[in-house]
Amino acid sequence: MAVATNKNGFSAGKKRYGEKAIKLALVASSTVAVLVTVGIVFSLLFESLLFFQDVNFFDFIFGLDWNPQIAMRSDQVGSSGAFGAVPLLVGTLLISFIALSVAAPLGIYSAIYLAEYAGDKRRAVIKPVLEVLAGIPTVVYGFFAAIVIAPALRGAGASIGLDIASESALAAGLVMGVMIIPLVSSISDDVITAVPSALREGSLGLGATKSETIRRVVLPAALPGIAGGIMLAASRAVGETMIVVMAAGLSANLTFNPLEAVTTVTVQIVMLLTGDQEFDSAKTLSAFALGLTLFVITLIFNLIGNWAVNRYREAYD
Amino acid sequence: MTKQTHPLARATLPGLEARYRAEIRFKYIGLVAVAFSLVFLFFLIGGIAIKGVGAFFKTDVQLEITKELIAEHGSDSYTLLRETLLYNLPEAKGRLGHKDAYKMIAAGADDELEKVMANLGETSDIFKVWLPVSDTIDMAYKADLAEDMLGTLTASQQKWLQSWADNGRLRMSFNWNFLTKGDSRDPERAGIGGAFLGSVMSLLVCLILSFIVGIFAAIYLEEFAPKNKLTAFLEVNINNLATVPSIIFGLLGLAVFLNLFGLPRSSAIVGGMVLSLMTLPTIIITSRVSLQAVPPSIREAALGLGASQIQAVFHHVLPLAIPGMLTGTILGMARALGETAPLLMIGMVAFIVDPPLGFMDPATALPVQVFLWSDSPERAFAEKTSGAILVLLVFLLFMNLTAILLRKKLEKKW
Repeated sequence: MAVATNKNGFSAGKKRYGEKAIKLALVASSTVAVLVTVGIVFSLLFESLLFFQDVNFFDFIFGLDWNPQIAMRSDQVGSSGAFGAVPLLVGTLLISFIALSVAAPLGIYSAIYLAEYAGDKRRAVIKPVLEVLAGIPTVVYGFFAAIVIAPALRGAGASIGLDIASESALAAGLVMGVMIIPLVSSISDDVITAVPSALREGSLGLGATKSETIRRVVLPAALPGIAGGIMLAASRAVGETMIVVMAAGLSANLTFNPLEAVTTVTVQIVMLLTGDQEFDSAKTLSAFALGLTLFVITLIFNLIGNWAVNRYREAYD
Repeated sequence: MTKQTHPLARATLPGLEARYRAEIRFKYIGLVAVAFSLVFLFFLIGGIAIKGVGAFFKTDVQLEITKELIAEHGSDSYTLLRETLLYNLPEAKGRLGHKDAYKMIAAGADDELEKVMANLGETSDIFKVWLPVSDTIDMAYKADLAEDMLGTLTASQQKWLQSWADNGRLRMSFNWNFLTKGDSRDPERAGIGGAFLGSVMSLLVCLILSFIVGIFAAIYLEEFAPKNKLTAFLEVNINNLATVPSIIFGLLGLAVFLNLFGLPRSSAIVGGMVLSLMTLPTIIITSRVSLQAVPPSIREAALGLGASQIQAVFHHVLPLAIPGMLTGTILGMARALGETAPLLMIGMVAFIVDPPLGFMDPATALPVQVFLWSDSPERAFAEKTSGAILVLLVFLLFMNLTAILLRKKLEKKW
């Protein structure tokens, strides 16, 4: 009589139907993660398609005027409102750019210090403290930006004759920059530590000082990984909501001036979807079109960033 | 770095001094960069702590109540309070004067007065009771009657406050209402109790959903999944999900949970579901790491003694990996506790006075309360906002410390 055996060659024994059920539950659980992605993509796409029935896709992507508030009555002239996303995208990029100009140099220099100069004891203190910075809720940063940084900037600007808006892109960008320092520094730290020590030793052996070694050998070698880390940080900055809701402006303003108030994609999503809403109006649906835009932008940044970091890791492993 | 003093070295390397200076400069730039973050953190937390500590205290004033007042208005604490105030502030004349006097005391002080009256023995002619003062008086007194805080008070209110302070009729007491009460339009009555309860309920839903699903998914991917393209896709998918902006999860919740499933808006259950979608990738990733840390010899020993694969995993590998999984889960929960944006999308941003009694009731969450209060024009709400942030930070600290201790205590080094 043929006895069923498992892959180890032992008798498979009695059928364990309970185990089948458990295994099914395991598979089901891991498909939940896929379902979430599918849910995100489909809900955003579905509502956005409804929106693009009312508003031309190209008017949305290339329009210079964002003013969803006028789309109130369906029979009035110009009832479609103005749904040009360019001012929002420019505002988002402006604030993200300011944030990265703070986070990139500070994060990379912190990482260099931690990886190359700080002793084990200092590292053991500094790293957790930087992680605290990453763990503080963004609503706290937003409050700090609105209550402390923005008035301080305004006061400083007034004393040298600069007119800084009370909800300037600068205040939001600076605080957001501090928020993403830990992200940049921890990825850069990993990347710098992964540079093979043979490269360092070669440079030091040829008589370069430590800083010369870092600048001319370690950093160029680590650059792809660091750039990937900065892409990931940029994705965080673009998707960040609470800081900009609390510290950046609400009205769409097409400008590159960091001293003025600008609004962002995330701020407008919050504005459109909090408070009373009728679900099938173009105004509400536009929030989903903005959400889709945000999702696509951050997805591209993340894919490039992860690709760069992973490729870099493989190169030295 | 020690300096080379060998004559040959100095002669052949004329730029050495400058290079050493550059070396030191470079090191200090790094130190300054690190110091910047630390100083910022210090000012952030220090500033909020200084601003917020006042929210935990309230100012009480001692008022005198006569037997006659009680006899006349004893049944109606609202009128009794007003008459008592006028009795204690005899200078208040006319309609405007009365109005100024009424505004010295906190909204809701009549409820407190009623409680005091219930415990009052009928022994003397004059009773002394402590009642909370209004938010403007409270702020001015907490600022030691500083000029800029007095600005919002009328001239007579300033005079009364000064005389109360001079006669020692004001005292500070712990503001239990701040920790237990729900939201209110009046700063002196507003508390974080309701928001806190909402946060706890949402986190509970989030924990139940994401812990089970997250650990099961991690077990499948780490122990059972065949190494093929589908699994690779799953992994990329989960990694990307971890970096999707939180507001997108809010949009998903709005479109699916509220509009498609018809679950109640603003409720803790929807909040918890949205947060669980957000924390799920984090939990899966950390759980996989802790499963990877369990040495293969454990599995092989179990299988070798005849355990089935499921038995080997659930009886032997999982118990060893659980501490790491719990740590990851607590850290994920800490992130969920601080999250605001997705909750705004599903309407947990409404003004809610009564604490939620069930998972379907309208609720708000602690960070959302911070957001709501930060927008309020009253000065007293700035203090409340900072106070609420302090409570939030204390809880985050508590969760993170628990996670660290758990890891230290239970995690095995192989």
